Amino acid sequence: MTGPLQHPGYDEEKLRKIAELLPCREVQAELLLSLMGQHRSYPAIFIYGHRASGKSHTINMIMKELELPHVMVSCVECLSVALLFEQVLLSFFGADAAALLPRGPSLSDFVRIYRQQCSDSPAKQTRYIVSAKCLSAAFSANNGISPCFAQVEDNVSVILLSEIVWDKFRPNTGCFEPLLLHFSDYSKGELQQILSKDRHPSYSAEFYSSYINILLGVFYSVCRDLRELRHLAALNFSKFCEPLEEGKAKESDTHKLWRNIEPHLKKAMRTVYLREVSSLQWEKMQEMEEKEAGAVRGLSAHTHVELPYYSKFLLIAAYLASYNPARTDKRFFVKHHGKIKKTNFLKKNEKTSNHLLGPKPFPLDRMLAIFHSVVDSRVAPSASIFSQISSLVTLQLLNQASHDDQLDAPKYKCAVSMDFICAISRTVNFDIVKYLYDFL
Amino acid sequence: PCPLLCEAAHCTSGVFVLQIQSCKRERDIHLLELLRRTALHGESNSVLLVGPRGAGKTMLLKSVLKELLKEKDVNKTLMQVHLNGLLQTDDKIALKEITRQLHLENVVGDKVFGSFAENLAFLLEALKKGDRSSSRPVLFLLDEFDLFVHHKNQTLLYNLFDVSQSAQAPIAVVGLTCRLDVLELLEKRVKSRFSHRQIHLLSGATFPDYVQRVQSKLWLPEQFPDQRFAHEWNNSVKVGLRVTVAKPCIKPADVLEASRVCFADAKANMLHGLSILELCLIIAMKHLNDVYEGEPFNLQMVHNEFKKFLQRKSSTIYHFEPAVVMKAFEHLQQLELIRPLDSPGARTQREFQLMRLLLDTSQIMEALQKYPQCPTDVKQWAMSAFA
Repeated sequence: MTGPLQHPGYDEEKLRKIAELLPCREVQAELLLSLMGQHRSYPAIFIYGHRASGKSHTINMIMKELELPHVMVSCVECLSVALLFEQVLLSFFGADAAALLPRGPSLSDFVRIYRQQCSDSPAKQTRYIVSAKCLSAAFSANNGISPCFAQVEDNVSVILLSEIVWDKFRPNTGCFEPLLLHFSDYSKGELQQILSKDRHPSYSAEFYSSYINILLGVFYSVCRDLRELRHLAALNFSKFCEPLEEGKAKESDTHKLWRNIEPHLKKAMRTVYLREVSSLQWEKMQEMEEKEAGAVRGLSAHTHVELPYYSKFLLIAAYLASYNPARTDKRFFVKHHGKIKKTNFLKKNEKTSNHLLGPKPFPLDRMLAIFHSVVDSRVAPSASIFSQISSLVTLQLLNQASHDDQLDAPKYKCAVSMDFICAISRTVNFDIVKYLYDFL
Repeated sequence: PCPLLCEAAHCTSGVFVLQIQSCKRERDIHLLELLRRTALHGESNSVLLVGPRGAGKTMLLKSVLKELLKEKDVNKTLMQVHLNGLLQTDDKIALKEITRQLHLENVVGDKVFGSFAENLAFLLEALKKGDRSSSRPVLFLLDEFDLFVHHKNQTLLYNLFDVSQSAQAPIAVVGLTCRLDVLELLEKRVKSRFSHRQIHLLSGATFPDYVQRVQSKLWLPEQFPDQRFAHEWNNSVKVGLRVTVAKPCIKPADVLEASRVCFADAKANMLHGLSILELCLIIAMKHLNDVYEGEPFNLQMVHNEFKKFLQRKSSTIYHFEPAVVMKAFEHLQQLELIRPLDSPGARTQREFQLMRLLLDTSQIMEALQKYPQCPTDVKQWAMSAFA
């Protein structure tokens, strides 16, 4: 369990409160407490760690409990640097100071106003600017408060929180190197400990722990993000308790409970985890009977639109044109192609399997030629065929690979996956695998 | 005793004040003379202070300015303009700042009126009107000089150096930079107007020197209130990196701990926190890099490689849907461990977008050793020479 935070410089009561709110983060909290003294603190600190590893939470708790003057800004929320400056000035000096910022402020304006305000209201303690969710691309575009600010001003400390390592942020000619702190990821045991804290009051702690154990067993190898796991735990708990409520099992029947929940969790991994289905849909599904639930219509199910007959063949022709090299068309689509020698040259290297490299662009004529050979009846090339090609492009099943200006030789690429095209070919009784070069 | 301790530990470049005071006195004098000539005799000068970060450029400048302002005549007439390349990222902003600091007539309160061209014309007018005898000398201090070089057409630098070369108002331009090759970055017309006067500050200190200086910096003076504490403290000072209220004495173990924190490989730390699926994807990428010698890959290739590994193992623990693998791949992209070759706006499907791995083989192997509860078959797969 957690040991109490020992720090002679601070109030005992406050430390105890902090220790309670920050499970499994004693080492980092102690380090931060030692840096944030009553007087001047280190000018720039860079904290990095995975998502949901407790970075903003820890800093927030420490700042609040110790009542240090601070402002939290999020780089993701502040789309422009003006919003960032405004927030900082608002928190430290009030709305009047924020109103002094000109429209489209630069860092120079911000520093000038900040210095003026500081001289008007000097602070004995260091002020902290905490910048969360920093992105390295934004920094290179000079869109954020970097450690350079601490270089230029004193009595302020900049704390940067990020998922990305400091090497990506460092400007080319270097700058004031911040102190790097790593918030290590939670181990499986620590995750169990933290997740068990949100237990349901009507069930015992061991029962909830066993549930968390099962959940971690299914999801741990895929996802170690605390937030996601908490979300999944909250969504699926009612299903886990179902046998108990129906009287079919008791709390100690771990095997029965496991058998009940495990397929459900596997299904969750395919749907809710991938955000194919919203949490609301998921909860509704759980309430319905198993027979009624049927197949979960996730987001990807909506891409399986019903296409007209010729559109399906056009799509199949497009897929064949994308994934077969042009020289093999003769072999597949001409009725009497004679003998084709399979030399060593033709033997394909696995790397160049087109299914790994992606679709290649093809001219429209080639697709139409394949189409006419693939469709079993004689089809006249009328406007309705061509308009179907345009609608396939609108549906983003085909991508236009040539520029809009080229009207005489448009090129396309097929943008559907193998599973999709197999499903479509099955509906028209066409064996597509026979016609694919990669599966010869 | 805390405030004093914190103060002592806080000056980073203060360590090198000793250096300046001891053996580089002539540089000090040289710069002082130069600036004094501008301030008193109306001579225009330009000079660059070049040295690595922490070599003491700002300290030198501050001490020279302090020395200079001691004279009453200088104090009354000299005007200073402080610019910083990090703050004034554009010539427009820099010009507004100069106008503001010189309190020219087109400034009301804080607002500077007029467009860039107007401000420039006004400033040059104001500087041109004077001559040696009747106008006040101006000192331009440009911090992070190498950043001003990247402004459009180097307008500001050109004009400042131009004024310093012609017989107009006496100005001194002092630039501070950490780039040795800063002169190569200047345009020909700007370079010719610069006086090519450079002062190099190099910290040619060896490790024993460094230790001695840090020791003398952290040494507590005799006026320290608690004599016994001071004595204990001085005894335990070796090279101090982390001083807290809780640990009033520095011990070697603390130093080692602090150095471990400072030198830890950041990427290896991040690899430690990946899920097994993501780790397997990284190992698959490593194998692709080994076999195809660093050519870029896409998700389909990585997934294929991973499936080949799974085929050899009979257990079904790691069979995941393609969409789950895609999500893991995108997480790696978010952490910037892999990076797409071209911009994301390109019209390729996500599975086929070519990427590069930004990790080294040794980093991956090291991270694997430290990975908690790494399954043996994954480890063996990573160690094997061929997929």
